Amino acid sequence: MKRRQDRKSASFLFLLPSLAGVLLFFLLPFGMVIYYSLVNRPVDGDFVGLDNYKALLHNKAFLLGAKNTGILLAISIPLAVLLPLKLALWLERAIPLKSQLRTALLSPMLVPVASVILVWQVLFHRNGSLNAWLGTHLDWFYSPWSILMVLLLYLWKNIGYHTILYTAALAAIPRTYIDMANLDGASRTRQFFAVKIHFLAPTIFFVVLMSLIASMKIFREVWLLTGSYPNQNLYLLQHFMNNTFRNMDYQKLSSAALLLATVMGAVIAVLLGIERRLDRDTEYE
Amino acid sequence: MSKNMKKRRFKNGCLWLAITLLAILFLLPTILTVVNSFLSAAEIERSYGAVLGGDTYMKEQVILRLVPDIATGEQYHTFLLQSPEYLQKFWNSVLYTVPITILQVAVSALAAYGFCRRPSRLRRLIFFGYLVLTLMPYQVTLVPNYLVSKQLGTYDTIWAILLPGIFSPFAVFLLTKYMQRIPREYIEAAQLDGANEWQIFRRIFLPQCKSALFAVGMLVFFDYWNMVEQPMVLLEQEELQPLSIYLSRINEGELGLAFAAAVIYMIPCLLLFLGGEKHLEEGIVTGGIK
Repeated sequence: MKRRQDRKSASFLFLLPSLAGVLLFFLLPFGMVIYYSLVNRPVDGDFVGLDNYKALLHNKAFLLGAKNTGILLAISIPLAVLLPLKLALWLERAIPLKSQLRTALLSPMLVPVASVILVWQVLFHRNGSLNAWLGTHLDWFYSPWSILMVLLLYLWKNIGYHTILYTAALAAIPRTYIDMANLDGASRTRQFFAVKIHFLAPTIFFVVLMSLIASMKIFREVWLLTGSYPNQNLYLLQHFMNNTFRNMDYQKLSSAALLLATVMGAVIAVLLGIERRLDRDTEYE
Repeated sequence: MSKNMKKRRFKNGCLWLAITLLAILFLLPTILTVVNSFLSAAEIERSYGAVLGGDTYMKEQVILRLVPDIATGEQYHTFLLQSPEYLQKFWNSVLYTVPITILQVAVSALAAYGFCRRPSRLRRLIFFGYLVLTLMPYQVTLVPNYLVSKQLGTYDTIWAILLPGIFSPFAVFLLTKYMQRIPREYIEAAQLDGANEWQIFRRIFLPQCKSALFAVGMLVFFDYWNMVEQPMVLLEQEELQPLSIYLSRINEGELGLAFAAAVIYMIPCLLLFLGGEKHLEEGIVTGGIK
């Protein structure tokens, strides 16, 4: 029993460097953020309870940012999860130029953000190539379609890696299962839902999380493309935070940050719950 | 029979076409960047002035250059030999990205081991916290980073970027997911041989995770190589800025330089990619199950 305890604390030591760093650089200051969100001034503030949060929920800019971010996530994540899955299943077949295609799909990872921005401007600008090809005069940056432009950028950037993740997962499925399904004369679709999805579940879960992380990071590109005050279809939660940070409006910023952290926490708790259930299912086959 | 063959040939042709189109679509920005880096400054100005000159309502349309009128190395010459400030910033990028990548992966590998060896309720809770942090946009974590750097006196020094980067929880999440898949039997066998925790980590986990470590390292490298938000908030001095910031700010007058600079900036990523593509393909989630 004592030895077990020793082992337990020994493996805890591995956590320490990271834990110390995360505490110092992320969590402790996050405590300050909580404090800021509950007072009315950064210095010598009075405790105001949830007033900052109430104000936030009536703030038009915050609500707009939250709405647009919500829309972006709702469209981008399913696409970033499902399109690569389709592509990976397709790449499983004997098709020509397979490895070249895979490399091409991964190439967006290499392109510096700055030149992505240049290329996107050249393509989507009012005088840009896309309008020239389509014969339109749409100002993409300021139209309701601007979200499409961001979506394309996001998918272009992330699809490749997600496809590779799925490809690896598909390759790891034991052949016997596939052969058995083949013997049963199962169609491709049936094979997928009866056999493959079972093995793919952890990867799908992983890709969902990666897509979520990536869709938070896409702000970098949006911001470089359109600046701090884009058209109202592209005004994201991060724009709101970025601008309040610049104006040193710590109360607004802190309460927005905490609200976002809470929502994210809830989403992750649900996702982890699903994952654990999936794990339990696969353990006892 | 022949009708069938015709049909198949047609189908195959369509497949080729679809694949080639898809590949070109994905490669287009890379191709554009490389081709444009060989344009002369004047030609860039002529081609893209309509878009990047700042005047939205000019009449002329942009001309997409896939073949330069005259290929020239003029931009590379300017970048490499006539603008020491760019080289300085390129070097800054290296100074930020290399230590962050190596140390973040090292610290995270240890932590991931700690998380997946003895999953207790406490550790699960901590891991949950890490995951929430990982998913937070930079705009949330930058405030804590900013406050701490002010407190520690690292604001506007390279440490303001390095320290939060090294301890960022991103790689922890990825590596934990991977390590959880390492078969228990390996560990039990090692324990029977009397291996202690460090030996298990060193002899079993690390070799098993080689691909994952490399893949995660690449992701971290690409991310920090292109960082924009952190330096803007945590650095003031011009001499400390990485090239990524500089590139994203390149303005009209230096437009000619932008593409050559981008190509040069892409080279470290390209080398890393060519060296590590197979590690990426081995994947992060599936590795351990073989």
